[in-house]
Amino acid sequence: MVPLGQVVQLEKIEPLQGYKLRIVQEVVLALLAKQASHGYQLQARLALALGPLGGALNAGHIYVTLGRLEKADLVRARRVDQAGRPDRKVYELTAAGRERVHEWLSDTSWPKPAPAEFHLKLVAAAAAGLADPVRLIDKQRGELLVGLREAQRAALAEPAGSVAGLLLEGVVLRLQADLRWLEECARYWNAAKG
Amino acid sequence: MTVESETSVLSAQGLCKEYGKGAALVRAVQAVTLEVERGELVAVVGPSGCGKSTLLHLLGGLERPTAGSVRLGGSALERMPEAQQARIRRRDLGFVFQAFHLVDELTALENVELPALLAGASPRGARARASELLAQVGLADRASHLPSALSGGQQQRVAIARALANEPLLVLADEPTGNLDSSATTELLRLFEQLHARGQTVVVVTHDERIAATADRLISMRDGAFVDETKLAGGTARPLSAMAGLEA
Ligand SMILES: Nc1ncnc2c1ncn2[C@@H]1O[C@H](COP(=O)(O)OP(=O)(O)OP(=O)(O)O)[C@@H](O)[C@H]1O
Ligand SMILES: [Mg+2]
Repeated sequence: MVPLGQVVQLEKIEPLQGYKLRIVQEVVLALLAKQASHGYQLQARLALALGPLGGALNAGHIYVTLGRLEKADLVRARRVDQAGRPDRKVYELTAAGRERVHEWLSDTSWPKPAPAEFHLKLVAAAAAGLADPVRLIDKQRGELLVGLREAQRAALAEPAGSVAGLLLEGVVLRLQADLRWLEECARYWNAAKG
Repeated sequence: MTVESETSVLSAQGLCKEYGKGAALVRAVQAVTLEVERGELVAVVGPSGCGKSTLLHLLGGLERPTAGSVRLGGSALERMPEAQQARIRRRDLGFVFQAFHLVDELTALENVELPALLAGASPRGARARASELLAQVGLADRASHLPSALSGGQQQRVAIARALANEPLLVLADEPTGNLDSSATTELLRLFEQLHARGQTVVVVTHDERIAATADRLISMRDGAFVDETKLAGGTARPLSAMAGLEA
């Protein structure tokens, strides 16, 4: 069994050239839980599983991820000799790795929503007289709208029933909710100005 | 003397609109100045009662301002005789207003082709364009329905198609998604994006974030005045994993 601290440590590892490493690790572990694979095989399985989400993920990402998982004792590599060719490594889950996959699947924590941090920014800006909260809200609205446009354009370009479209729908709905909340903020801070 | 850009489709200077007198005085629009460039999509947002609809009425020459001026395609609306104003409204403007009624006795298709016929288009050309527009708003299969046989959202989409019949210089839209559910709104979004891509100039008043997000420029109104203006930069599309927050 891996000490808990080490597992927690995993989440603190630096992002891997853009991709959030943690989620790549979780997906790799989940795929290995079904079937041990060597690196190249795993890359193909991952590409299939991630579909359009895997676009920016390359072999390097996967080997770095496997190396880190191995170090954390969540996977182990077995050498398999091949006639006439160099040995290759087949990766499989350790007991701790299996445990971790179960934890991940049953974990119901949800990504931290934006409101609290932005709310505190507004409160602090107003309290310190540093900036007009309404101006901050206007600026933030512009940012979110640009993100919304990007996501909804991408969604409109997807054929009906596409899995990428489903994901983009989630991105769009989330941004809409944030923008509606910003309107509530604008109402409140306008009233507070008197 | 105001400097007007060559590409300006709409230019409003110091627009004011007041209703009532004395204690009942309402300053619905206060000193609004606005330039809209050819091909621009401008969204106006703001709380209920802040003067958005009044502003659109002034921009479209449907109401006369208490002060200020509106120039459409270079000509000053308030200097024209009413007949000429009406002609310009028919030819150069497309209105999409929430309470803009369809002609009850005409089918959806006939409603959409009406503005083109009034402007002197050939019946065949008007019909072809009307059919295409109805298809664009997702109502190809409702072409022969009377308005009374259409849902509120469908009637609204017919009104939008009708506004586009004459390929107007400027489309003025007041809450075009007001009665639409989410999937109908998506259809309308698609239409807005297409219009925009084709260079149609639009000023839209909206509460819908999705419509606002299609704009090049977002104007916030409060108490009759413009209080903020944000340019929404194009921004190249990122990979799906980045949009979905999978990349750090
Ligand atoms: N004909 C009128 N007579 C008197 N007051 C009017 C008239 N039309 C509008 N007003 C007032 O002018 C103000 C602006 O109204 P307007 O309809 O432009 O608001 P709005 O921003 O479009 O609101 P909403 O988002 O609810 O449609 C309101 O206070 C309204 O009561
Ligand atoms: Mg209104």
